Amino acid sequence: MTHWIILPVVLPAILAPFIVLAARYHIGIQRVFSIVGVGALIAIAAGLAWQASDGTVTVYRLSDWAAPFGIVLVGDRLSTMMVLLTAVLALLVLLYAIGSGWDDRGRHFHALFQFQLMGIMGAFLTGDLFNLFVFFEVLLIASYGLMIHAGGNARLRAGVQYVLFNLLGSTLFLFALGSIYAETGTLNMADLAQRVALIDPAASVGIRVASVLLLLVFAIKAAVVPLHFWLPSSYAEAPAPVAALFAIMTKVGAYAIIRVYTLIFPPDLEVTVGLHGMWLLPAALISLAIGMVGVLAARKLDRLVAFAVIGSMGMVMVAISIFTPTSVAAALYYIIHSTFAAAALFLIVDLVRSGRDNLELKAVAPISGAALTAALYFTAAIAMTGLPPLSGFVGKLLILDASFSSPLVVWTWAIILSASLISIVGFARAGSTVFWKAESIAHPVEATLPMRPAALSYVAVGGLLGLLIAHTIFAGPVHAYMNAMSEQLFAPEPYISTVLDTPGKLSTPKEAH
Amino acid sequence: MELLVSSAIGILTTAGLYLVLRLRTFPVIMGMSLLTYAVNVFLFASGRLTIGAPPILVKGVETYTDPLPQALVLTAIVISFGMTAVVVMIALGSYLGSDDDHVDDPAEDLTKAPEDIV
Repeated sequence: MTHWIILPVVLPAILAPFIVLAARYHIGIQRVFSIVGVGALIAIAAGLAWQASDGTVTVYRLSDWAAPFGIVLVGDRLSTMMVLLTAVLALLVLLYAIGSGWDDRGRHFHALFQFQLMGIMGAFLTGDLFNLFVFFEVLLIASYGLMIHAGGNARLRAGVQYVLFNLLGSTLFLFALGSIYAETGTLNMADLAQRVALIDPAASVGIRVASVLLLLVFAIKAAVVPLHFWLPSSYAEAPAPVAALFAIMTKVGAYAIIRVYTLIFPPDLEVTVGLHGMWLLPAALISLAIGMVGVLAARKLDRLVAFAVIGSMGMVMVAISIFTPTSVAAALYYIIHSTFAAAALFLIVDLVRSGRDNLELKAVAPISGAALTAALYFTAAIAMTGLPPLSGFVGKLLILDASFSSPLVVWTWAIILSASLISIVGFARAGSTVFWKAESIAHPVEATLPMRPAALSYVAVGGLLGLLIAHTIFAGPVHAYMNAMSEQLFAPEPYISTVLDTPGKLSTPKEAH
Repeated sequence: MELLVSSAIGILTTAGLYLVLRLRTFPVIMGMSLLTYAVNVFLFASGRLTIGAPPILVKGVETYTDPLPQALVLTAIVISFGMTAVVVMIALGSYLGSDDDHVDDPAEDLTKAPEDIV
């Protein structure tokens, strides 16, 4: 048994207290350790992804307890891909935080950042539902600290709302876990998959309630309408690098839905049949519409991007809730795109803010470095709205193509296409006001010109956009890999047998039965 | 006993939800605490209710209580305890900063006429 798979959890977990205890007053040392740690994470994640790429499922038993009794970490194609995505995003976000000096505007940024990574990595790797809850709490409690980093009244108020909403979500998660345990007597995902399939459809009230509760919890994380209310103000008020890192947090919800509803409650399972088509798909379409209408209605640039995140999560959820191997592959492709695009936009908003008093969509004197920032905004907006030639267009095409198998295909096409048009208008209007109309306004005579953002900030944003361009150029191989991933998800037998049949402590009495 | 436990969970949840909907930080935090108590009892009951039975293997004992929910409850209690402490601190900071303990956004922000946007 190799220990590599637990390193994405253990490494940040060791690094964070080290940063707090040993490097408390030295921002330089903190930065070095944070960057080195995230670099090592990328290397580990790439190794894990390479190991899983041929379809092997790696299981890691903590303390060697055999599967349904102990906690397991499981690395398959999907979880290792998400771990790699998180690590790459974290590096670029960290570069921006250092370049813009955000990490020095409050204390413990780097320690909280590492704890946040620990929670996200654990949530992607765990093979146990209660452990998923624990890692959700780890990532949430770190995100509470990051969210109010650098303080300020507006941010604290948004922080209170964010914390309370998520506490309610956690309570709901516990209710769901309690009902699942009461119905099945296990919380190990692979074991659950076997036991849920044995439940008599005539006596399935408990498990149906549990599956809907669980879906609600993950929908809160994924900000699906009508559970999206926490997102706009918390993402808009959070410090820019934190908001960019939060781009992966909504994907944790999407990941959990894909994992649980392919493994434990697969689409053809009799007790939960119709849950996705009847409830999740309409909700996802409404999220897409509301998100993009919000883009047009937003009066401030940061709110605009927050609503674009809701819209793009709606797009992901549309693809997921069609629930065929093709649509999930399209959703996975779009998840990568949407993570990088949203993160880039949040960072660009911060580049704009560094030269202006506020982010209201009104023309003020041009910010310094406006030409470069405008070019970055233009590229990121093309990606986010899904215009050719960038990956948003490819992803949208894949989702539209996959929607033919759904009974709501007309609605899906109509809403995706009109929402895209609305978002194009919204982004174009915002961009032309902030960057073009600004040219017509002269600088006040007595004002000192604001400083140009640091080069490292531009490197970070450019890196995110470069990844988007690479995601477009290599769309063929990436999509082929996503198809393989989706096939693995829809044929979970190897996953289940690897988790349950690998011997460990306590597995001998099972054989004696 | 089942009736007593289930109605206790129900009453705690109802009271908790009512308080959460008051939208001032103090009642909301109280409501959150009641909700976490409710969910703790609920988790405890998910392993079936038994009285006076040991949770670990003892010689000559036939009935056992399920030990796993107790471990889950312990984790849930610790986490909710920490989370409540965090939310109290953030809410206190927000109240001291803005002299206002409403959880929702102030109304004037929403009704403000859109200024000349274009």
